[in-house]
Amino acid sequence: MMSQAFFARHAGKLVLGIPILWIILFMLVPYGVLLTYSFWLKKYPLFVPAFQFGNYWTLLSDPQYIKVLLRTLKIAALVSAASLLLAYPFAYYLVFRLKNTTMRLILFMAVIAPLWISYLLRAYVWKTILGTEGILNSFLMSIGMIDEPSGIFLYNQFAMVLTLTYIFIPFMVMPIYTALEKIPPSFSEASADLGMSDFQTFLKVTLPLSMPGVVAGFTMTFCLSFGDFIAPFLVGGPDGQMVANVMASQFGSALNWPLGSALAVVMLIIVLSIISLSDWFEQSGKVEL
Amino acid sequence: MSGIIELRNISKHFGSVIGIDHVDLSVEDGEFLTLLGPSGCGKSTLLRMIGGFEEPTTGSIFLSGQDVTDLPPQKRDVNMMFQDYALFPHMTVGQNIAYGLKMKGVGKADALQKAKAALELVGLPDKIDQMPHQMSGGQRQRIALARAIVREPKVLLLDEPLSALDANLREQMQVELKHIHDKLGITFIMVTHDQREALVMSDRVIVMERGRIAQDGSPQDLYEHPKTTYVANFIGTTNFMPARITARNGIETHLEIAGQSLLARYDRVPDTENIQIGIRPEKAHILDAESTTKSNVLVGRVAEHIYHGSSLRTTIKLTDGIEFHIDAMLPLGMARADVSGIGAEVRIGIEPENVFLFEREG
Repeated sequence: MMSQAFFARHAGKLVLGIPILWIILFMLVPYGVLLTYSFWLKKYPLFVPAFQFGNYWTLLSDPQYIKVLLRTLKIAALVSAASLLLAYPFAYYLVFRLKNTTMRLILFMAVIAPLWISYLLRAYVWKTILGTEGILNSFLMSIGMIDEPSGIFLYNQFAMVLTLTYIFIPFMVMPIYTALEKIPPSFSEASADLGMSDFQTFLKVTLPLSMPGVVAGFTMTFCLSFGDFIAPFLVGGPDGQMVANVMASQFGSALNWPLGSALAVVMLIIVLSIISLSDWFEQSGKVEL
Repeated sequence: MSGIIELRNISKHFGSVIGIDHVDLSVEDGEFLTLLGPSGCGKSTLLRMIGGFEEPTTGSIFLSGQDVTDLPPQKRDVNMMFQDYALFPHMTVGQNIAYGLKMKGVGKADALQKAKAALELVGLPDKIDQMPHQMSGGQRQRIALARAIVREPKVLLLDEPLSALDANLREQMQVELKHIHDKLGITFIMVTHDQREALVMSDRVIVMERGRIAQDGSPQDLYEHPKTTYVANFIGTTNFMPARITARNGIETHLEIAGQSLLARYDRVPDTENIQIGIRPEKAHILDAESTTKSNVLVGRVAEHIYHGSSLRTTIKLTDGIEFHIDAMLPLGMARADVSGIGAEVRIGIEPENVFLFEREG
């Protein structure tokens, strides 16, 4: 039987041990398995252990994979750009223009609150809005702009960008808001005092000092959109497939786990590169406020 | 219109709170003016209005004859040194200083030259390529000063410029700022809550009280002739005592304090009979035992001695329990044993000129 003294002495290890075990079991081991599989061969109906780069070669040589990868990068970039263009002015308004602090809190919470609602539900909502039986169509018909329901809103890349922007924009607003809030009000006053217009002050002082927030927000929305599976599935349509969907089908209907694993590894490398790049960017541009 | 800055009937309301209450003020060209008062007295608001960061609710502001009340900070030929210095952390020291020159149409080479000259003036000639976060607090303060003066404004505004520095550095910078003022010859308007700072640096001090000007005068004037107990209390230390006027003879006023009589010769005599008097602790002295003078003395008993290094503060209890503090410089070689013992009866000599007379408040 273990004594109390034993527990006292080893409490730290036990507390740390469980999460470490968890990480090994459910993160490191699966990564290892994934990496191993990516070198295997597919011999119908089985996968045969091997060490060869055929799967990676397929990904590089078969244009359909490159196409999906590029499309995914494009969608992620568009989502990040759209989020930035919407989130920055909003955050700027909240921090610098809105004097009423209660109102500021309410508006900030309005952006954050959807995060507490199921992601699936939020994506599904856009299907209801954009669909042929949807709100947008009935609205346009009621004001007489169109005569019959249009299918152009749903099942395309625009619908995906719209949906993903809606879903991930809080991740853009939060870091930008935080970055802007850290800038002392005396900075813009000093800039005005030294003769700069509001716009020049924004370009020379506010924007550079908020770049860490922009980079953090861009990284998050980009990586989250890049790996998204639901939006293409719900609103993407036939040419809206993204990498995650292709990967899922490799593990599912196509029954080609080695290829799917290789795709997963490529995705992982891309996301990790983006994160390191943004990290480097943030470190190099770091200033003390 | 004579002054470089003229404030006419300025008021500022924050909702229902009155921040500035009908202030008129004229600032002479080239003067070092200080707005002095506790926090919330309106001194910073007044300074920010001159800089263009706050709009007055009523009244007008003139800068060398031109009405600038509605002009934004960009259009005013004044510059401000901010309390937190507001140096841009992503720019070098040189870029910070040259920042305001571009908008004045100064060329690049010229701007560099001017930035160097400004850094030279504040004693940091070799820091032009450093970043602000590499600088100490005192150096940042100098850089902020250089950035504000490099545009050669008509008036330099200083918002609590020394409050972030430690005591030693502050004393050094007080003198240095004054020298820079003399060298530049432009008008300085400073805000501070530190009365010593105000006395040391200023040509003229405006003491503010709840949005109004309590007194306006030279440092000596404020120290030697305070108008109200508020001013006497805020600037220096004062022994306050209730007193009664027994006879008036021009500016000579006969007083009765705790059953003792005293003569005052002060230029402001209240109309009421019951008044408040003030005497600076260093403007009274304990008379020698041999002294036989009978005029203008107060008698009391020594209650306590407190050693202040260069001076000794003696607390004397008058009848009625009124406490009277006396600060005496300790001359060379004087030991504490030489001073009167606790409980001893002493006579305090007071010159009639050193008795302030105030109206008794509430």
